[in-house]
Amino acid sequence: MQQIIFFFIRNKNFLLFALLFFISFILTVQSHSFHTSKFVSSANFFSGGIYSIRNNVTDYFRLGDENKNLIEENMRLRKQLEGFKNGEISVKIDSSLLPSRYMFSSARVINNSYSRSKNFITLNKGASDSLKADMGAITSKGIVGIINKTSKNYATVQSILNTNSQINAKLKKSNHFGSLVWNTKDPNVVQLIDVPRLAPVMVGDTIVTGGRSTIFPKGILIGIIKEFELGKDDNYYDLDILLFNDMTSIDHVYLIKNTEAEEIKELEKSVNDAE
Amino acid sequence: MQNSDIITNLFRFVALVLLQALLLNHINFLGYINPYLYIIFILVFPFDGNKSLLIFLSFLLGLSIDIFSDSGGVHAAASVFIAYIRPLALKFSFGVSYEYNMIKLNKAPVTERIVYITIMVLLHHFILFIFEIFSLQHILLILKSTLFSGVFSTILILCTLLLFSRKN
Repeated sequence: MQQIIFFFIRNKNFLLFALLFFISFILTVQSHSFHTSKFVSSANFFSGGIYSIRNNVTDYFRLGDENKNLIEENMRLRKQLEGFKNGEISVKIDSSLLPSRYMFSSARVINNSYSRSKNFITLNKGASDSLKADMGAITSKGIVGIINKTSKNYATVQSILNTNSQINAKLKKSNHFGSLVWNTKDPNVVQLIDVPRLAPVMVGDTIVTGGRSTIFPKGILIGIIKEFELGKDDNYYDLDILLFNDMTSIDHVYLIKNTEAEEIKELEKSVNDAE
Repeated sequence: MQNSDIITNLFRFVALVLLQALLLNHINFLGYINPYLYIIFILVFPFDGNKSLLIFLSFLLGLSIDIFSDSGGVHAAASVFIAYIRPLALKFSFGVSYEYNMIKLNKAPVTERIVYITIMVLLHHFILFIFEIFSLQHILLILKSTLFSGVFSTILILCTLLLFSRKN
């Protein structure tokens, strides 16, 4: 018995080190998967609060760019509105579609990272503003990521610049699907992999979200094709996509909630269970 | 430790966490290079201080940085590691004078000081990027990040030490 106690006393530094290193390791492994609930996250009262204070100061330096973005978006929306006014007014609007199943809300980015291999964005709204995990985040220019954790007043978004992120996307022109991933090299370039070989791929084509998941609606802008090459087994294309968004300067985001997501998931689950 | 030592270290801890989270994590020099100045806390912790305490404080320090940067436990792991390995690094860089508790970091010869800081910084960054990238396929990226961020951190740490060294 005494021997054991002596052993512990003699090696207490090593044992303490091993224990804490092990805890860190577990936390790290946990952070590499999307759905395990995370203990370490900037969506908490303390770090969220500090980031908000910082953001209140730095916001003023970005007002110019932010105004420009809003004007651009307004112009685009105004053009669409004019399109509806002229000529297309005779098209009868299907009123059953009008209350869309997607609900939008907005939030501000209070912390943004893009230089690591797993990047997260912290928002200034959380569960009390009815944000939930698995809601999509976009800007007026394109997609940003998916909410992965919320606290009462803050939320973290797993950015598309994260090696765990995998989002369903398609070619706007031909509806061929692929998955959007990131190879960590450039914060403005992501990769669309597994696009079938018979897809007519051209440099400059637009890529939009596919709408196959319950997170993003169909047709949200992502980027344009910058380069492409055949993958390893020659059956699929790997495309480099230049994002419309500048991921290094995001200020406001819109959050998308699919009001029918639960119903869809339940249905799919019951089908899977039945098999 | 003296009372004043405790207050100094506490203040240093908080100041370094805030500086790292609010400023240094957002430098992104050439796209991805950030200095990690906070480990200066582990470097200058009193050499005759309690080793278990240092290991525990390093864990808390790393974890605070992790909370701010949503990175799981990567900074905690790297910090705990260099806190544990610190006596070895001290012995290696300062030799016998360390064993007799004769050494003060700001009075040591410049070359020995640089060796000590470089060893600690590179070890810390290597563990950090292994855990962060977490894939041996990207070993080149790990080494590249370690080298570039390491050089940046080392220079910044040396400058900070010069700036805050007391003249006696």
